[in-house]
Amino acid sequence: MSKSDPKQKRSSSITRQKRLNVLVSSLVALLGMGFALFPFPWIISAALDPLNVLSMQTFLPKRIALDNFISLFTDPTRPYLQWLFNSLKISSVTAILVVFITSLGAYAFSRFRFPGRRGLMFSLLLVQVYPNILAMIALFIIVWQIGRYIPGLGLDTHGGLIMVYLGGAMGGNIWLMKGFFDTVPKELDESAWIDGASHWQVYIHIILPLIRPILTVIGILTFIGVYGDYLIARILLTSADKLTLAVGMQGLINLNYNVVWGQFSAGAILGALPILIIFYSTQKLIVSGLTQGAVKG
Amino acid sequence: MSRENPNVKGSQEPLTSPGLSVGIYLLRLLGLAILDSFALWFLYHLYQDQVWFMFVVILVITMGINLVFLIERLHPFRWMSAGLSLMILLVIYPLGFTIYNAFTNYNQTHLLSKPQAVGALENEKYLPGDAPVYSWTAFRSTEGSFALWLISPDGETFLTIPGEPLQQPRSGEAGVGMLDDKGIPTTLNGYIRLSRADSVKYLTELTNLQFGIEPEVIVVMSISKAARYEQKYTYNPELDQLLDNETGVIYRPVDGNFTSPSGEQLTPGFHITVGWRNFSKLFRSPALRGPLLIVFVWTLTFSLLSVLFSFSFGLILALSLHRSLLPNWTKKSIRSVLLLPFIIPFFLSVLIWRGMLNPNIGIVDRFTEYLFHWSIPWFTDPFWAKTGIILINVWLSYPYMMMISMGALQSIPEDLYEVAELDGATSWQQFWGITLPLLLISVGPLLVFSFAGSFNNFGLIYLYNYGGPPIPNTITPAGYTDILISYVYNTAFTGNGNYSYASTVTIVIFLILTIFTLLQFKYTRIWEEVYKNV
Repeated sequence: MSKSDPKQKRSSSITRQKRLNVLVSSLVALLGMGFALFPFPWIISAALDPLNVLSMQTFLPKRIALDNFISLFTDPTRPYLQWLFNSLKISSVTAILVVFITSLGAYAFSRFRFPGRRGLMFSLLLVQVYPNILAMIALFIIVWQIGRYIPGLGLDTHGGLIMVYLGGAMGGNIWLMKGFFDTVPKELDESAWIDGASHWQVYIHIILPLIRPILTVIGILTFIGVYGDYLIARILLTSADKLTLAVGMQGLINLNYNVVWGQFSAGAILGALPILIIFYSTQKLIVSGLTQGAVKG
Repeated sequence: MSRENPNVKGSQEPLTSPGLSVGIYLLRLLGLAILDSFALWFLYHLYQDQVWFMFVVILVITMGINLVFLIERLHPFRWMSAGLSLMILLVIYPLGFTIYNAFTNYNQTHLLSKPQAVGALENEKYLPGDAPVYSWTAFRSTEGSFALWLISPDGETFLTIPGEPLQQPRSGEAGVGMLDDKGIPTTLNGYIRLSRADSVKYLTELTNLQFGIEPEVIVVMSISKAARYEQKYTYNPELDQLLDNETGVIYRPVDGNFTSPSGEQLTPGFHITVGWRNFSKLFRSPALRGPLLIVFVWTLTFSLLSVLFSFSFGLILALSLHRSLLPNWTKKSIRSVLLLPFIIPFFLSVLIWRGMLNPNIGIVDRFTEYLFHWSIPWFTDPFWAKTGIILINVWLSYPYMMMISMGALQSIPEDLYEVAELDGATSWQQFWGITLPLLLISVGPLLVFSFAGSFNNFGLIYLYNYGGPPIPNTITPAGYTDILISYVYNTAFTGNGNYSYASTVTIVIFLILTIFTLLQFKYTRIWEEVYKNV
């Protein structure tokens, strides 16, 4: 045998290892994807199957039609489109306000030095240990109480709901955003001051444009969070035409699985669509923001 | 940097030109004036109704905003005034209020403060035995307000409008047109006369209205009759008692209810503080303590198992993708697919899974029935309900675990493995000796947060099965899959709405979270580092 033999042997074992690696990782990935994707074909088939009955559902529908979507849009007792609109409206208004209000606070924490700053910042984070949904009863009573005097912010109003979401979103997001404000060098502010800029101008014209990506991430995460909230919306909203998608869809399917399965599936697909679009179009931004944000607390 | 020398830094702070600052100053004063007048109006009402807690909160917020906008030294706080006000009103105050609630008798019938309850009771009416009964004809304005034309049994006619005293106009007066043969005006200025059929249509609206003003209030009783009602209860503030004008019975406030000498209670009641009563009930009554213990143990189990399983599964996927020699684009697209469960709004996912597990009709269930001739009791058996919940939670949260593990894996230096390889360590040993310990250092805190987050995963528990199957023989509704937060919800918002007891349970959650945080303080450096980095 020649000298090159062990080398050859080694490289062949490497290719074998390579194959094994690809095989194993493909198998694991396939298993994972099977688990992840398992519900989806069923939901899509149920949505397109005009049968609309869970117990008779087959994997491949006998007939494909849009009956479920049409009945979902036209049933006046379950104003699905209204729910979808409500959810989109409430989530976007909350997201915009959260970004605006928290960025103001974060600017102050990042740019000013004042007594009590550190303590205040720390308490903001400490309060996050006790999320305000734990105080759901108190929130319910408070919103009811406010609504007695200011009807637009009371129970069963979108104003009241947005108000509660805003309160809950302040602490963590101010904290998160402050971290990103800190990454903008202070020298930029100082050179702008020399040109006669005020704090407000620095904030609007220098800092905000520079951290636009993180503003977007926080806005999107807030949007997704509010869109997915069930508890607070459930407690505060009661009228059918004011519900959010989460509460409405639960009411739609609750105890009716067998008779509205198709309609529900159609609604679920449409309801997930806005979030899917937002997420996949900004995936990189969000994943980095999410892991960083999580590490930051 | 400038941080070390505040004086130097101060001189660098931007200055606005005097003209601009006067304008801004005036604008600021105007804004404060508008805010303050609104706040004063609000505070006045809160004061009147003795809603003290909120009164203090609104007062503090208003004064705070005024101070920071008037005192130049406090200018950094201007920037955060909106955020902090919202936090005080909707986070700090509710948390404090929850603690307060645990020492009160708050529930659905004791929601009002005492003056509010008195107001509600004083609004109640009764029909005196000798009250005149009228026949009525309704008129409706285009804006939807109503007027009534009344005819008494002896032929006297009246016109009555909500909020205005009873009138006795003739034809031609007060907009009253020609009278028809029954003595009813054919027209009334600004109103349209309703036919019998239309009156039926508006009957519920009409019966809810009070015509005239106190003490002469006319209420529609039926399609043909209206009568003069009188105030049922009168409050005497000096003696602190309510007089029933109909029966002459006197009600005194006892334990949050106006109570007659014979023990009859009026609703609505009002809230009072009751000391430690809720807590002693919680710990003494076996019917409360038992379910609470079950719920508590399951909350911990649920959180622990969820994190354990979803992290393991996420880690396996992350490892195989990380070490995989598959081409990069394949890895990327696999990852995108694996993230799907995390992105779909979770309420939809839970409801979908619930449908698929549904006994006899769901896909999973038909499958197991076909294979094993056994329908798994996913919702009626405690063990299987819990299994279902953990299954769904793993499905929901492994993508996040995978994501963070992949990030952490990338930061483990490759040469560690090379050294280990040289030392002859098997890949199994490498995993336990290198990968896992290093991974846990960076991912550990996130796992702890995730564990604490599961504590409050109300949506999953409630949407899956409302916390059921129910635990038998409990006073408050409780189920085998209830976690503390859903138990609180069920106690407060189903049945008779026992807010104060539910708040007491919330305090138990507060305590657990506090212990948790204290342990973090003691055994990890997370908080310390956070504090340093501020």
